Amino acid sequence: MTDSRLLLLAPDDNVLVARQSIDQGTILEIEGHTIALAVALGIGHKVARKPISSGEKVLKYGAPIGSATALIAVGEHVHIHNMQSDYTTTHVIERPDRAHS
Amino acid sequence: MNTRMRGYLRSDGRKGIRNVVAVAYLVECAHHVGRKIVEAFDENEVHLIGFPGCFPNSYAQEMMEKLTTHPNVGAVLLLSLGCESFNKYKLSDVIGASGRPVHTLTIQNDGGTRQTIETGRDWVASQIEMLAQAQTVSLELDELVIGTVCGGSDGTSGLTGNPAVGRAFDRLVDAGAICIFEETGELIGCEEIMASRAATPELADELRASIAKAARYYAKLGYGSFAPGNADGGLTTIEEKSMGAYAKSGRSTISGLIKPGTIPPKGGLYLMDVVPDGEVRFGFPNISDNAEIVEMIASGCHLTLFVTGRGSVVGSAISPVIKICANPDTYRKLADDMDINAGRILEGSASLDDIGEEILDAIIGLASGNVSRSEALGHREFILTYKSFEPAGPSCLPG
Repeated sequence: MTDSRLLLLAPDDNVLVARQSIDQGTILEIEGHTIALAVALGIGHKVARKPISSGEKVLKYGAPIGSATALIAVGEHVHIHNMQSDYTTTHVIERPDRAHS
Repeated sequence: MNTRMRGYLRSDGRKGIRNVVAVAYLVECAHHVGRKIVEAFDENEVHLIGFPGCFPNSYAQEMMEKLTTHPNVGAVLLLSLGCESFNKYKLSDVIGASGRPVHTLTIQNDGGTRQTIETGRDWVASQIEMLAQAQTVSLELDELVIGTVCGGSDGTSGLTGNPAVGRAFDRLVDAGAICIFEETGELIGCEEIMASRAATPELADELRASIAKAARYYAKLGYGSFAPGNADGGLTTIEEKSMGAYAKSGRSTISGLIKPGTIPPKGGLYLMDVVPDGEVRFGFPNISDNAEIVEMIASGCHLTLFVTGRGSVVGSAISPVIKICANPDTYRKLADDMDINAGRILEGSASLDDIGEEILDAIIGLASGNVSRSEALGHREFILTYKSFEPAGPSCLPG
């Protein structure tokens, strides 16, 4: 069972996508795991469906979208702080009022 | 179903869904005069386009030739300062040969700012009067050229708006229309799945090569085609953004690879290779979304399907833009700017096929006299900058 607010796009994916914004602290079921969301999840953001080790490919739409740069636990936000492109670096503007979004 | 669509028949056999006077400045020094001429008229009838540079560039020359002879254009006023490098004589000859009225004003010879504005307005007014008499003929889906771009993408773009455009593209290609998708820099990581859809093995190689070129180009520039807002919206890497952008192409066979300004020869799905050839010169390939839209129009697009998640508001000169909003939260904030709410898919109140159908209906509506949201709001953005391309090889347009 996985929470209906999270979307699995392809069978082999190791991430799920939020189909709506989900508050920090929300308890989510992810395939037998129960996790508390550590950060607020914006619509379209990703969480880990499975544990992902550092260097492992992140799979979404059934395709690699980059590599993990740290060990990522089930239910953890997957974004620029723990994965990177295998092509070109992602450019972001640092914003003091936000953590990862 | 398509009998409502009407077009303006041009001498090359193409039909326009609009009949505008284009005012084209040929160097930034003539931009102000152009702006003053255009502001005297209804924004639906007279559109301002132009090229800012004073150095010659064959890409810009070709783009201006294609844009001023686009089927949506009925007459053209060229604005020269007088000393710029742009070849206004050749451009005027090309427009004249297409059967369109064309007139050139040269500010240095035609009395300076005030007099050129006055003369220009008189000429434009006479053309509007003439264009108002134009008769339309019936227009079918297989006569349309439809482009798609995405901008202000976020994590919803690849879930709703882009695949819904893909559904609409599948139906348009089946109906015989020409469909064009683009931004090879935003297809990085999709090269193998895309190559598997090529009409021939040689075209598959060309598709792979175009993506490899884009990856090299952007790597040299140090930035991918990826803005900070993309990351705010949940996209983490260029290849993730690419997978979402790729969904706009639908499932049809890819019939060819074209350069900006090439008008595809027959119905089918085409990829536009927007990244310049050769050494990295002139900076970023397309500096903002409108540069992509302008290239689509130069390749004959009657209208452009623009998918946005974060909330782009732009339109375009010459050909209308249909705004497809992928993100339901953005739609609520910017509903007035959006033609279609694809975010309903995430909320469970519409399917991809439903939104694909809405997109098709919107296209038919625009070709039947409706205006898009960005048109109604007066958006007529235009941008053209320096690039250089080699001619495409024979494998790029098989059979």
